[in-house]
Amino acid sequence: MRRLRIRGAGFAVGAALTAAFIAVALIAMAWTPYDPTAISIVGKLQPPGRHHWFGTDQLGRDTLSLLMAGARNTLGVALLSVVIGACAGVPLGLLAAARRGATDEIVMRGADLIFAFPSILLAILITAALGPGAVNAIIAIGVFNIPVFARVARAGALTLWTRDYTLAAQVAGKSRARISIEHILPNLASVLVIQATIQFSLGVIAEAGLSYVGLGAQPPTPSWGRMLNEAQPLTALDPLLALYPGFAVVLLVIGLNLLGDGLRRREGEDR
Amino acid sequence: MKIDAVQAGAAAPILSIESLCVTLASALILDGVSLTVSSGEILGLVGGSGSGKSMTALSVMRLLPARARTSGEVRLSEQLLTGMSESEIQGVRGREIGMVFQEPMTTLNPLRRIGDQVAETVRLHHRVSARQAAEAAREALDRVGLSGAAGALDRYPYELSGGQRQRVAIAAATVLWPSLLIADEPTTALDAGAQAQILRLLERFAHDRGQAVILVSHDLAVISQVTDRIAVMQGGRIVEQLATRDLTRGGHHPYTEALLAAARLSPARVSRSVRDGRAILEVRGVVREYPVRRRSQWRRPPPFRAVDGVSLTLHAGETIGLVGESGSGKSSLLRAILALDRPQSGEVLLKGENFSLASGRQLRRLRRSIQVVLQDPYGSFDPLWPVERLVAEPCHTLESPPGAAERRAKVAAVLEQVGLSAADARRHPHEFSGGQRQRIAIARALILNPAVIAFDEALSALDVLVRAQILELLAELAQRSGLAYLFVSHDLNVVQSIADRVYVMQRGRIVEEGATESVFGSPQHAYTKALLAATPRIGGKPT
Repeated sequence: MRRLRIRGAGFAVGAALTAAFIAVALIAMAWTPYDPTAISIVGKLQPPGRHHWFGTDQLGRDTLSLLMAGARNTLGVALLSVVIGACAGVPLGLLAAARRGATDEIVMRGADLIFAFPSILLAILITAALGPGAVNAIIAIGVFNIPVFARVARAGALTLWTRDYTLAAQVAGKSRARISIEHILPNLASVLVIQATIQFSLGVIAEAGLSYVGLGAQPPTPSWGRMLNEAQPLTALDPLLALYPGFAVVLLVIGLNLLGDGLRRREGEDR
Repeated sequence: MKIDAVQAGAAAPILSIESLCVTLASALILDGVSLTVSSGEILGLVGGSGSGKSMTALSVMRLLPARARTSGEVRLSEQLLTGMSESEIQGVRGREIGMVFQEPMTTLNPLRRIGDQVAETVRLHHRVSARQAAEAAREALDRVGLSGAAGALDRYPYELSGGQRQRVAIAAATVLWPSLLIADEPTTALDAGAQAQILRLLERFAHDRGQAVILVSHDLAVISQVTDRIAVMQGGRIVEQLATRDLTRGGHHPYTEALLAAARLSPARVSRSVRDGRAILEVRGVVREYPVRRRSQWRRPPPFRAVDGVSLTLHAGETIGLVGESGSGKSSLLRAILALDRPQSGEVLLKGENFSLASGRQLRRLRRSIQVVLQDPYGSFDPLWPVERLVAEPCHTLESPPGAAERRAKVAAVLEQVGLSAADARRHPHEFSGGQRQRIAIARALILNPAVIAFDEALSALDVLVRAQILELLAELAQRSGLAYLFVSHDLNVVQSIADRVYVMQRGRIVEEGATESVFGSPQHAYTKALLAATPRIGGKPT
């Protein structure tokens, strides 16, 4: 009983943290306390106070506004890269499982090929080749999500293909593609959602990493990774500037992981 | 010898259960069950699904779900099992009571050698060296007849057949010579040959070694093979206890008689006057081969021939049975017949058209004429779909699929045909019992008015009472619409009760065919004789 409650608590905390960050990102799309790009040399490096709750940075920008706008960008990049990964990876995985044989080999060896590269290095390579920027970061991170979703979808689909209901559907004259959409995909949905939360959290870290090395969102677009980068020379002077974006990344990733874990447990209890 | 065992048992029961009651989620699962089993005795615990027989077995082991509330006493020799702490009962499990479960595919750990799995029980209970444990495991596997080949202990479960795995499970359960062995449906998942071997083994343990054995089964035919006494359960109570030799004398509790009738399977076959002799399905020299994994870089191994030139004919309105052990190629043949796999040579003609080579519109049209009911009533439905959508799935093959209202009417009509109600269309498969699900599967097969329905072991997972009902339903449907049935099964009793003609399959070939009476009455081929001999029947031990 007690263990159950603790598990439930992890899920609740994860869901709450994730929801809070999403809410902040949504608010930031319409409103931030100050313009996050407004520079004021007079008001630089202010400590937290009544006007600027989290203080200001070395260019006098409001840190809270920067964080909020950064949440919008980070979540946006991570979300879109998951969408790219799922939209390309899941159909590939389903196709591999439905056709087997040569198609399966090609898809899975392709996945192996992408997995063989250290992901962050290749993301750096891609953004360096295509030029830095949020869109290219999305593509670079999204590419790595494709084989992940392909593998998860294929593995799940292969077990479902051994179920008798897929046989019954074949006898009913349905094509393997149609069975994949009508029977396999809905039964995989929960597994894919869980995988998506995990990839989402990895995407957040990857985006922060790319921005930190200057390959993500370009100035003046606010981003947690670049905030970290810009705060680095000032750690002795104003350590809070580095702590805010650092904690934001950590809290969001913990929240997403707890959420994914909780979802996985619930899935396990349902079965 | 049996009588001796019974008399000796009357003196010293190994296990005694005294007015055992179990409540689970405020439902009374067991209602005052009292039983005794003596040394050297085999007690059969029989009843339909949900009668509480497995619950009784589990409550002896104290393996009930944590939410269950228990009252009453269970004693093993002098120990009161119901009063023991969890750690005390763990010392009893495996050492003093051994248990064997139904599903041999899932009870063994797939990643461990069978010798190690048997030795594990020894090392759990005694402080012995690995070598001593391995020696005990070897002896236990020897007793179940599994140590013949060199390196037999080093084999993994996937290298064994279902019957062999069940023997490993028995070896693990008996390695410490427990005074009581509980076998819960140990042969239900096995074909007749493997079943006979397992039953023989249980008999040996009881009669030669003096162990007490409880054999739980829904099938009186199986129970009557080896038991000394039978306890009949219904709705959580024991309604009758009788000596096995009195089983056929009559005058029993009505439920016992019902089980008896179901196990005997009085022929559900209808002598059909309308048989126009038109062949609806013709299988001509079908060969199905599967590639074998390469072991050498240089040589491609010859493919495995699962089906080796099989021909058979099914006439309109006729029922044929295809019997054979597991691995005889029945399922591969069925896949070819259903045009799910293309045969390497030979052809399948459905209504005179080549079904094997059909594609596109022709294939869809032909699919309407042949439907299938599959073995596992739990796996053959998408758990997310409501019954209406499931039953209507074959409508997909129609040139103009019916609209929502028409579809609903169609589904309601077939559901009523199979003895369910139109309101069931909105429910999901998990809300139905195994027998009801098989009715839904039959409804799905019926919705397009096919000419042929194939049954792939479709009755094996059902208990005997439900099986008898489904057989009746099938006979009724066939009479009304002139359907032809193809029954693929390892269960000869079922095929005998419904088929007009029988094909016997061994190692991919048909070894015998003919009218059911003549094949079962005077089998010619040695394999048919062996199959028949292994099939349990009421009131007669197999030879």
